[in-house]
Amino acid sequence: MTLEIVGISVLWLFLFGYVIIASVDFGAGFFNAYSAFTNKEHVLTSIIQRYLSPVWEITNVFLVFFFVGIIGFFPKTAFYYGTTLLVPASIAIVLLAVRGSYYAFATYGARISHRGYIYMYGLSGLLIPAAWSTVLTISEGGFIDLVDGAPRLDYWALFLSPLTWSIVVLAIAAVLYISAVFLTWYAWKAGDSQATELLRKYALIWSLPTIVTATGIIVELRVHNEAHFDSLLDLWWMFALSFLLFLGTVLLLWRRKSYGFAFILLVGQFFLAFSAYGVSHYPYLLYPYLTIYDGFTNEAMAISLIIAFLAGFALLLPSLYLVLRLFLFDKDYVQGKSDYHA
Amino acid sequence: MGNEESLFFSRLLTELTLSFHILYATIGVGVPLMIMVAQWVGIRKNDEHYTLLARRWARGFVITVAVGVVTGTAIGLQLSLLWPNFMELAGNAIALPLFMETFAFFFEAIFLGIYLYTWDRFEDQRKHFLLLIPVAVGASLSAVFITMVNAFMNAPGGFELVNGELVDINPILAMFTPAMPTKVAHVVSTAYMTAAFVLASIAALRMLRGSDHIYHKKALFLTMKLGLVFAVATAIIGDFSGKYLAAYQPEKLAAAEWHFETEGNASLVLFGLLDGEEVKYGIEIPYALSILAHGNPSAEVTGLEEFSPDELPPLYIHYLFDLMVTIGMGLTLLSFVYVAAKWRGWKFIESRWFRWLVVLGGPLALLAIEFGWWFTEVGRQPWVLRGIMRTEEAATTSGQVDLMLILFAGLYLVLGIGSAVVLTRMFRRNPVEEELADRAAHKGGGPA
Repeated sequence: MTLEIVGISVLWLFLFGYVIIASVDFGAGFFNAYSAFTNKEHVLTSIIQRYLSPVWEITNVFLVFFFVGIIGFFPKTAFYYGTTLLVPASIAIVLLAVRGSYYAFATYGARISHRGYIYMYGLSGLLIPAAWSTVLTISEGGFIDLVDGAPRLDYWALFLSPLTWSIVVLAIAAVLYISAVFLTWYAWKAGDSQATELLRKYALIWSLPTIVTATGIIVELRVHNEAHFDSLLDLWWMFALSFLLFLGTVLLLWRRKSYGFAFILLVGQFFLAFSAYGVSHYPYLLYPYLTIYDGFTNEAMAISLIIAFLAGFALLLPSLYLVLRLFLFDKDYVQGKSDYHA
Repeated sequence: MGNEESLFFSRLLTELTLSFHILYATIGVGVPLMIMVAQWVGIRKNDEHYTLLARRWARGFVITVAVGVVTGTAIGLQLSLLWPNFMELAGNAIALPLFMETFAFFFEAIFLGIYLYTWDRFEDQRKHFLLLIPVAVGASLSAVFITMVNAFMNAPGGFELVNGELVDINPILAMFTPAMPTKVAHVVSTAYMTAAFVLASIAALRMLRGSDHIYHKKALFLTMKLGLVFAVATAIIGDFSGKYLAAYQPEKLAAAEWHFETEGNASLVLFGLLDGEEVKYGIEIPYALSILAHGNPSAEVTGLEEFSPDELPPLYIHYLFDLMVTIGMGLTLLSFVYVAAKWRGWKFIESRWFRWLVVLGGPLALLAIEFGWWFTEVGRQPWVLRGIMRTEEAATTSGQVDLMLILFAGLYLVLGIGSAVVLTRMFRRNPVEEELADRAAHKGGGPA
């Protein structure tokens, strides 16, 4: 395995981590806003306060880790993506600020429960994945031109491309689906049968659009980027396996059985699909300008980054386990029987 | 929008983000240590007041750290969004500390979440205290790693420059540049110092507003003592910083001191007005510049005449430098007088005017942080990477920077007002007297 592959695999793994835990966060905000809208409040509010509030900063670091890491391993990405992503990334930062401030100001600080704030918090959960997912579209090529040696993003082409919109829809549907499945499990653990039923319903509703758009995107890639489409087909078995896991999750939810296992199957499903997509994208970071080989940093830096990563990871893993034990697997805490909030 | 405008707006947006972020970042680095000291004193003396002090500080800290996180994410991304050419070049040599900073913050975020949500969960308070150590260590290490990046920009090292490309890169040497020791020490100690004076300022304000509870007096004495310790440390480090500048960035020192001609027995000029190359109305301290630069009153200090004018920073940094130093000295004196008076039993420190001075100390300390960062950033101009890449070569070619500037200005305004409103509301609704009474009732077998 070359250093380039190690680097991109580490980053891809963290991006996957971000996708899963951030989806839970984003979706919860949206469902919360929706239940506020339909006057079914308080079902989700306590989950948001008990689980998401203590961990949102950790979620955010996964993202920071990814973009700091990609500049570290592949400094040339700063040139291509840094120049062109100014607008979508800035919008995403502002939306992330809405969420961060909601946790600090509304659920922690002064307990503001202004409706407008709840809606903004909910809506940002859909808009952030929408903004970030355009990066995936851009990476497929065809939207960036080099003008006088400087990369330019063609906003119109991006806006009018059906590929953009299907990836946006997939991102939103997947966020809601992942979140609903996780929260079904969490609500069930908390012994809240009313919330469990509601979230199970959401999970089943959003399973269909997730799988339909995912399939649709593969078809659209055939038109947009045939090279990528071909390498996707070579990995058909990974997608087939992913689909089987998807069926497993839906079946368990349908029969109201082992919600925890259903969520594990879902993580497997997304991991396979996400890896297959990533592998088929190889070696390009940006079609057709940048591959992981010509964008790579020097050897000394790559090795020190990998060592730093291993050392950091050894420190991180037990700490993350501690967080999960305290906020996720502690029955009393989850059921709201103990509150040790500062 | 031409490239000229992109450059202008990129500089403005970066300055805005940094100026806003640094307030929250400084508090974020300094306050965990203050919480730690208070909680430790509480355990040692078995004094509930100090424990509650730690707890209430921690509550406020959550709000500031949240704003610090989102603005930190913003500046992290803006480095690549606004200065892509700089990151493309510098990333090859300085990516390691940036990467390590993420881990340090990761660590801090994890334990902060645990610490906040586990008050009273442990029978033994000392176990809860242990959770705070990784928070404080993570916070300070974040500052260390990020400042290493800034030190690299001031004194790039750890590579060879061949045809505009960095080769023979040694990431460890790039972290440990000559600028690193003084810069890192200065940033960390001023963060502690500022946090102490900000917290002292809050305690003094509560007392001025009519609360004479012993809780505030303990808070004030503790923070003023800590403030004095770190103010003195900062002054000592400042002296080393002067020697670093004289040796490695003489143009920055000369511009900051309006020192035009290379000469020995150089005197230090405070403030004043510039008329050509002549300084009017300044306060002149004989030999002080030679001492600051080389530790010897007759030593020769390099003047501005030795540098080509297009490689010099703007001369207004003189005021930034002087204001920073003046505030630092003032705060040292203030805390020294307070601690000495406490010791000698002088009563004037309990007068209203003195308490107002302490209240003023918090905002002034934050202002000094701003002056310091403006000084070091503007003082490095025209370079983004001293001697290697000019700021204008580093900027983005994107045409939408002006719109983004408006977007972010709006964001920071909302976050600034929001955090101020939430903090005041949080503490006003739950005054310390009430909370102490509540806790006493709980202990006396009242309803849990």
